[in-house]
Amino acid sequence: MSKKTEEMMSKGPSRRSFLRGAAAGTAFVAGAAKAGTPDPLITEVQPWASGLGDGVDATPYGLPIEYEADVIRRNVEWLTADTISSINFTPIHALDGTITPQGCAFERHHSGAIDLRKEDYRLMINGLVDRPLVFTYADLERFPRENHVYFCECAANTGMEWAGAQLNGAQFTHGMIHNMEYTGVPLRTILQEAGLAAAGDLSDKWVFVEGADASSNGRSIPMEKALDDVLVAFKANGEALRKEHGYPVRLVVPGWEGNMWVKWIRRIEVMDGPVESREETSKYTDTLADGTSRKWTWEMDAKSVVTSPSPQAPITHGKGPLVITGLAWSGRGAITRVDVSTDGGKNWQTARLAKPGEKMALTRFYLDIDWGGEEMFLQSRAMDETGYVQPTKAQLREVRGLNSIYHNNCIQTWWVRPSGEAENVEVS
Amino acid sequence: MLKFLKVTTTLALLGTPAVAENLGLGRVALPEEIAAWDKDVSPDGTGLPPGSGDVLTGEEVFADKCASCHGDFAEGVDNWPKLAGGWDTLADDDPLKTVGSYWPHLSTAWDYVNRSMPFGDAQSLEPDEVYAIVAYILYSNDLVDDEFVLSDETLAEFELPNADGFIVDDRLETEHSKWVGEPCMTDCKDAVEVTMRAMVLDVTPQEEGAPEEAQAAPAEQEAALDPALVEAGEKVFKKCKACHQIGDGAKNRSGPVLTGIVGSPAGRVEGFKYSKALTEMAENGLVWDADNLHAFLAKPKTFMKGTKMSFSGLKKEDDLAAITAYLKSVAN
Repeated sequence: MSKKTEEMMSKGPSRRSFLRGAAAGTAFVAGAAKAGTPDPLITEVQPWASGLGDGVDATPYGLPIEYEADVIRRNVEWLTADTISSINFTPIHALDGTITPQGCAFERHHSGAIDLRKEDYRLMINGLVDRPLVFTYADLERFPRENHVYFCECAANTGMEWAGAQLNGAQFTHGMIHNMEYTGVPLRTILQEAGLAAAGDLSDKWVFVEGADASSNGRSIPMEKALDDVLVAFKANGEALRKEHGYPVRLVVPGWEGNMWVKWIRRIEVMDGPVESREETSKYTDTLADGTSRKWTWEMDAKSVVTSPSPQAPITHGKGPLVITGLAWSGRGAITRVDVSTDGGKNWQTARLAKPGEKMALTRFYLDIDWGGEEMFLQSRAMDETGYVQPTKAQLREVRGLNSIYHNNCIQTWWVRPSGEAENVEVS
Repeated sequence: MLKFLKVTTTLALLGTPAVAENLGLGRVALPEEIAAWDKDVSPDGTGLPPGSGDVLTGEEVFADKCASCHGDFAEGVDNWPKLAGGWDTLADDDPLKTVGSYWPHLSTAWDYVNRSMPFGDAQSLEPDEVYAIVAYILYSNDLVDDEFVLSDETLAEFELPNADGFIVDDRLETEHSKWVGEPCMTDCKDAVEVTMRAMVLDVTPQEEGAPEEAQAAPAEQEAALDPALVEAGEKVFKKCKACHQIGDGAKNRSGPVLTGIVGSPAGRVEGFKYSKALTEMAENGLVWDADNLHAFLAKPKTFMKGTKMSFSGLKKEDDLAAITAYLKSVAN
């Protein structure tokens, strides 16, 4: 190991967050150990129990308290040439439940996040329709609307891990995902407004969807999906979309790769065939070992990951009761079961789902164990309603080789040491 | 051709106008509006405007508008995409995917250059420039000679080498049929050995953002330039190179030339069309001294609401100090 690597390791995030966590853990343990000594946090009047807190208007729109300042999106700078056409990662290691707060939900831009006012927003429907139409934002609000919770996962999530364990943290290996409750109008309703008689037989038709930003990211979607569950969405988690997620209007394409969820959507064209745009040919195609590439790999297959403990969320409380938790999802339906292994896949236990799995939405799982302080190789394995079982990385590599970049839904392993530290590893 | 040929009830219903319900929302899109936005180009050439461009013209346009990121020979600068080369590497460990080695349709290159490039100045090219750029990209890939002319009449016929290199998603057959059923729950393998560790590679970013880890305040600007700092600044300037040139022979790109910027009044580069915001601030006496540059480069949109500069800002104080030193070092 080079000196530099050594130096970096000692300063690495895992080590550092572990130390920070461990210090806090020691304090808790100390408090508990001295059960006979009164805890001054209880016996002495604390400032917050005596003085006054902030008034109601101190933060007209609230942000997380300063003590949570490390629960933020993070970028991996070496992945891309700059931050304008780039991606960052949701801090899934620090979240619980299933809904991702918008403020820390990952961002992916091709030409940066643009400022587009609702008043300046237009949506055009053209191509093989009876009446090409233009809608304003206000028009969209007059269509009957629906609410649905869906995950949005970048096809490249876990893409850096094909050749080997690389990034040390669930945020970096699995954080190109978020899960929100969307409010919007079914694309079906909007297409119907423009009329599809002109398109004739719909079974071989497509829609091309395009954004208003400079990248004009465009993708072709088969008509069957367009008429099924695609939403033209303008609210997420109850409030307006954030700028970085396509304010004021984005497309929601349930279960399908995030690149198709076009942000700032400005145009939907009914077409005879796919455009074969840059984003569906040179990118978002999956190269196999023999050099041929799969195209139109839209669905995100069933996948799961333990979010805690994990490299950025080490165990700091010592042995005893331990909550192992994580997320599972499938682009082909609902999660029906998640198994967890603590010994690298030799033996498995079925985890408890926080609630029954929902179609194309994140499912939270828990396994509550009594940890004896022994080394663990933590893994999770999801199953969805089609009967599909999340594969190992070896299974995926056998079919696809190492160069697919996209759609890596392999079982992840965290090596948890007796100290509570965890590391991203591959095991035999 | 498609795997979703089953016609659902929804499809059938929607195809029948009598059943379709119309709310009367929106208004009819005008032909001029459709023409302004409907610019996508399909593999058969549908959507291409009339026009043509040759390799030599393409070389000039490319040098002017594309080479700052993609290199003079489309070989790519730093982490920016390489557009040429990579022939016969798709089955290698590290395939090089370029227009020549990977892209299946030439229409895609035309469409992408036309609608999305140049980066930071999209939709500014004339159709003939796009034909010329695409012709030059083909030339860079050794696919045509230097006399080649690309036009709306020849583009769709041009076959790229990897046109047949794609198959439609076959995961249902090759993977889903195998990876189903009740999985093993006990004694599933004999041994578990660690075969790879992320800590060994160690490419994970350091955590930032926690309050106790806030970066130190910027060092006081020193009168004499520190050569190491200037050198560091030249590296930071890579982030700016997509849009700005500096030094000998520098030209305005989507951003103005930056030679001698430190200490100069704002908005003085000839031939560059500044944003309204910058012009106003310049009229009010803005000078690019070290402090103002520092503030602008840290948070461009906060310092100058309405700036055309799409850069999101330098977060590290070290980078800010370094870039200022570098800009100062290239005074003429």
